[in-house]
Amino acid sequence: MSTSSGWAIMNVKNYCKFEILSLPENISFARACAGAFASQLGCTLDEIEEIKLVVSEAVSNCIIHAYENRGSEIITIVISLLDDRTLEIIIEDYGKGIEDIARVLQPSYSSEPTRMGLGFTFMKSFMDDMEVLSKPGEGTSVQLKRSFMTKDKEALA
Amino acid sequence: MDIELKQVRNTLIVRVEGELDMLIADKMRSDIDKKMDNNEIKNLILNMEKVSFIDSSGLGVILGRYKKISSKNGRMFIVGARPQVEKILYFSGINKLVSMYGNEQDVINLQGR
Repeated sequence: MSTSSGWAIMNVKNYCKFEILSLPENISFARACAGAFASQLGCTLDEIEEIKLVVSEAVSNCIIHAYENRGSEIITIVISLLDDRTLEIIIEDYGKGIEDIARVLQPSYSSEPTRMGLGFTFMKSFMDDMEVLSKPGEGTSVQLKRSFMTKDKEALA
Repeated sequence: MDIELKQVRNTLIVRVEGELDMLIADKMRSDIDKKMDNNEIKNLILNMEKVSFIDSSGLGVILGRYKKISSKNGRMFIVGARPQVEKILYFSGINKLVSMYGNEQDVINLQGR
């Protein structure tokens, strides 16, 4: 997948991009970074918690499903502030890809019986917009967007 | 992340501390299952007072232990979940399966009745 590489930095207000190895140890790092970066938007602690959850789910999916628990692969995370109130998070892997995206996006779908199949449900519920791009054998890119009511705007409202 | 297991008669009390994600889920699952398989355990109290974060990996461990306890006709309880954790437990529907209480004593009082 090459969504983030061909992507226009000049259209964003701020952004950060980092790569992690596909190890469970890195999930908390990834979600903490996302939460810290998003805090620039002045969102509430509850909202930060929701962003951390969403990133945790997306990165866990990459490790479990895309890379089937191989810890030696790369996950790319791009977090952008598109404007004063809109956050975009792109999480990409270069793993096995998804054959049938519609099926995977169904609530409580899980390829493993011990898991709850809530990952994409959380992402959809806590973000305004979710797009999943995937090519079998090449990888998956999950693109999430959410707009927040900033403190300044709340005061004006 | 710390996991403390304590057995009181046939009840297993599990106290978890930290962020309940994939990194911790496997250890928590195997620690609890080992204790359950080797002892007369009927009920399980999961103390989440010190859990600051949970995602679907953590929810999966809770659901799995619930199924295991239920298959032995036991009961499972979650105590002390903080608001941000409680929100996720409700969202997942786990609260419909596992009774939620304020603290360990609330559950022990309940069993004494």
